[in-house]
Amino acid sequence: MGTKFRIDIIALFLFLSIAIIGIASVYSATSNQGVFTLFDGRSGKQLVWLFASVFLGVVIFLLNANFFEVFSMYFYVLFMLLLVLVLVIGVDINGARSWIKLGSFSIQPSEFAKYGTSFAVASIISRIGFSFQNKKDIIKLAVVTLIPMGLIVIQGDMGSALVFLSFIPVFYIEGLTPTIILIGLFMIFVFILTLVFSALYFSIAALLLLFVFYAFTYTNKKLLIPSITIVGLTIFFSMSVQFLFDNFLKEHQQKRIQVTLNLIEDNRGAGYNVNQSKIAIGSGGFSGKGFLNGSHTKGNFIPEQETDFIFCTIGEEGGWIMSSITLALYIGFILRLYYLSSRAKKKYKRIFISSLASILFFHVFINIGMTIGIMPVIGIPLPLVSYGGSSILAFGLFIFTALKMDATRDRDLESVFS
Amino acid sequence: MRSYRLYYVYAVVILVGFIYIYRLFQIQIIDDKYALIAEKISLRKQTVYPQRGLIFDRNDKLLVYNEPVYDLMVSVPIKLNGIDTLAFCKLLDINKEKFIQLLAKAKRGSYRGKSVFKKNISNVTYARIQERLYEFKGFFFEIRQDRNYKFNSSAHLLGYLGEVSKKDLELQTEGYYELGDFTGKKGVERFYEKQLRGIKGERYFYVDRSGVNKGSYKSGKLDYEPTDGQDISLSIDIDLQQYGEKLLNHKMGSIVAIEPKTGEILSLISSPFYNPANFNIQNRGKFYSRAINDPTKPIFNRAVSAPYPPGSTFKPIMALIGLEDGAIKSSTHFNCAGEYRLGKRIIRCHFHPSYTSLKQSIASSCNTYYCNIFKNMMQSNKYKNSEDAYKSWRSYLTSFGLGSKLGIDISGEYRGWLKESTYYDKIHGKDRWNYARIISLSFGQGELGLTPIQIANVASIIANQGYYYTPHVIKKIDGIRSIPNQYLVKNYTMISSSNFKPVIKGMQEVTVSGTASDIAIDNINIAGKTGTVQNPHGKNHSAYMAFAPIEDPQIAIAVVIEESGYGASWAAPIAHLMIEKYLMPDTMNESSRPNLEKQMMNSNLIPYKYKSKIDKSLYGN
Repeated sequence: MGTKFRIDIIALFLFLSIAIIGIASVYSATSNQGVFTLFDGRSGKQLVWLFASVFLGVVIFLLNANFFEVFSMYFYVLFMLLLVLVLVIGVDINGARSWIKLGSFSIQPSEFAKYGTSFAVASIISRIGFSFQNKKDIIKLAVVTLIPMGLIVIQGDMGSALVFLSFIPVFYIEGLTPTIILIGLFMIFVFILTLVFSALYFSIAALLLLFVFYAFTYTNKKLLIPSITIVGLTIFFSMSVQFLFDNFLKEHQQKRIQVTLNLIEDNRGAGYNVNQSKIAIGSGGFSGKGFLNGSHTKGNFIPEQETDFIFCTIGEEGGWIMSSITLALYIGFILRLYYLSSRAKKKYKRIFISSLASILFFHVFINIGMTIGIMPVIGIPLPLVSYGGSSILAFGLFIFTALKMDATRDRDLESVFS
Repeated sequence: MRSYRLYYVYAVVILVGFIYIYRLFQIQIIDDKYALIAEKISLRKQTVYPQRGLIFDRNDKLLVYNEPVYDLMVSVPIKLNGIDTLAFCKLLDINKEKFIQLLAKAKRGSYRGKSVFKKNISNVTYARIQERLYEFKGFFFEIRQDRNYKFNSSAHLLGYLGEVSKKDLELQTEGYYELGDFTGKKGVERFYEKQLRGIKGERYFYVDRSGVNKGSYKSGKLDYEPTDGQDISLSIDIDLQQYGEKLLNHKMGSIVAIEPKTGEILSLISSPFYNPANFNIQNRGKFYSRAINDPTKPIFNRAVSAPYPPGSTFKPIMALIGLEDGAIKSSTHFNCAGEYRLGKRIIRCHFHPSYTSLKQSIASSCNTYYCNIFKNMMQSNKYKNSEDAYKSWRSYLTSFGLGSKLGIDISGEYRGWLKESTYYDKIHGKDRWNYARIISLSFGQGELGLTPIQIANVASIIANQGYYYTPHVIKKIDGIRSIPNQYLVKNYTMISSSNFKPVIKGMQEVTVSGTASDIAIDNINIAGKTGTVQNPHGKNHSAYMAFAPIEDPQIAIAVVIEESGYGASWAAPIAHLMIEKYLMPDTMNESSRPNLEKQMMNSNLIPYKYKSKIDKSLYGN
């Protein structure tokens, strides 16, 4: 019994600290909507979800440590079925079919899908004989991650789909050649340049560069073919981006990206949230306006403040001090989880825990980045802080599962294949 | 391999943390733009208007008080969803189109997050809407003070309020006014604006996205209460004022009465007048154009703005200058054969006993006598030439306060006409004119224009035998006699006080045996001078100047009735009734001369050409 509840105190402390900041922030953000105490309204519900996830955490700790590993793929299939189910019986909210209504509350399967996918990823990579050089294995991984991504895109929730990119650092740690990542970064670079200068100008510039390159290196015949190929592919990619951007992205998505890249200023339309969010955070100053005293928070100037834009409340009412502390707690928590992953003796556990750390990092990176205007508005919550039952429950389950895996590491045998 | 890759991941996570903390530092601490924008968006200032000072008469009777007007304001931007606009329109008694139109207008004219939706809402509508205001988020009221009046009287003198003009806003140095504030536009309201207005209060509060008040800013630390304006008491006597207005009913003209000892204006009336309540903020829109279109010019304050040739009322001044300059002595007599010959030109005089004394010349208004004084003076050896003599004559007049503004505390004062000698140089050529060209000045005609208040001030100077206080209507500010210094200074004329006695004797004779003798008042010795002013556009103007009692002057008065006839027929009786009313209000109640009073009050002297075009609604309630 004693060993059953051995838990990493530092991680637990960071988890609870962040969760408490979350409850307080949701309370403040909703206190002007007829919410009188912490236990009323949305902050009260948030508290209930938090207790529920702690309760589930206790249940998880009572389970056998190998339970998850054994049933990994079943979990994955279960959560994928939920994603399919939501397409069938889900309800549309804000243009996305992401919720399944269960009586008085609704759940968002896409929040749980990250949890489910992490099992599958951990399970596949930790299989004996797995190699990133093996095409079959790569395809398996791609299928496992692209299925939930695709299903969520079909739901109309682009933001949640992008979260699955968080697995890339996990793959990298586990041995994926960084070339792919570099190619990815290069593609992002081309993507941005295309949107800033348009595909046409980008292509002309690329051709000119190729010409200059050729002028200096024409003696070396070996370089000619590869350089032409690279430039050709780049131009093709740029054209495709332009085409997809113009024809497949919804207008509000186009605008969000353009606003982030400072291509257009649209403080009343697509840029409204970000602009108001920056104003709220920026007006917080060094120590903030005081808890429950944020004029922007009270004034409902920022839509969805208790969900995706909850960081505004912290920035406005707690100032630089509180936002830095919050950020530091997150960074600390993420680093701690990466550390826990590194001390796991089993590859399966290592991958599962680092998946959690990467997903958390992606959420924090995007969410806070968007509130301070350096990331496009991608509607994903700030973990444990944003209001939302599914998010809290999913991350609670995820974190306690990870901590349980860490707690039982001593009983594991060192993996011979690590 | 795996572990160094993990270190890279650590590094990226930590780097992102630092970048974000730095970015937060930048927008939260280095850049104060966001704090300013946040305040602009969510902080609102509500102006709390003070009570404007009340206005009383010299006997502390209340004349002007405040009445709240309600402006329905709207927060900009406004969210209309959730507002039952139909019910709102019904309460306001407007239709949907009007609502859309008003809202569009309000959005265009918004300033610091708010705008007037509808101005000057009646208190009934206000009460109706106020009850349900919580339903109409983003709408709120601002209460300002409009004026109302105890008496339908003294409109010109009191003036009116209006919204501060764009030009005034730009010109103001202290930054007190904001667009839409009321300020005194005319009359006393304008002159004593600073004393009357008080100090506006301010309340700061937060609003939410729909403009709803979310509580006070810094728990009211920056708020302050308004300071009410100072009450003022005027020197006018409202009973006398109303009596004068009755006398001037259906006449075009003015009465100005001054207390010579102090320069206090006892009464100042310009007719036609209008009900001051018709010109307050709520009503002026309705009445202003009517007043503008009325050919008798009811807005025009004749008493201080209209220059008239003084006619024979100028003769006492001429006599005083003659005595002072040595053109005549008090014993000087001139022959008058009913006319004054000047080469081919004949200036007519009327029948009166000849070999005329100074006293007789005033009493019977002899033109010849004054032509002689003017000739003597202009041809005096004292002066190099006519120009020199004219300059001297002119400087005597300026010492009476003529030819320039007196500096009274009522807006619209005109300086009158009194030409420089260069004017005649221009017309006739330098050194090519002499007294003969300008002889009509000697009996108050020609290029000479005095406003009624200037004439009354001359009467006051004669009563004081040589000096005057600048006429003013202020008596007390905030209950004490702390009136502006310029009204406490004696202004001396160039005439020695001994020269006034013979002229006063002459003016007394006017009411004993002269032109105004048939309307003399028992028990009051009045010094007066009638004037019949030639008017090329119609009937003569009737003018009169007087003061009484001679032994201890209490009131100096000037009356001008336009296009009515002889000075003795209208202006003089009206002036005498005013004097009697002021000096003997008790016996006046039984009216010593009811028939004269009735005749004056009931006569309609408005020229026929205007009669059909007068808008009567201006004068009523």
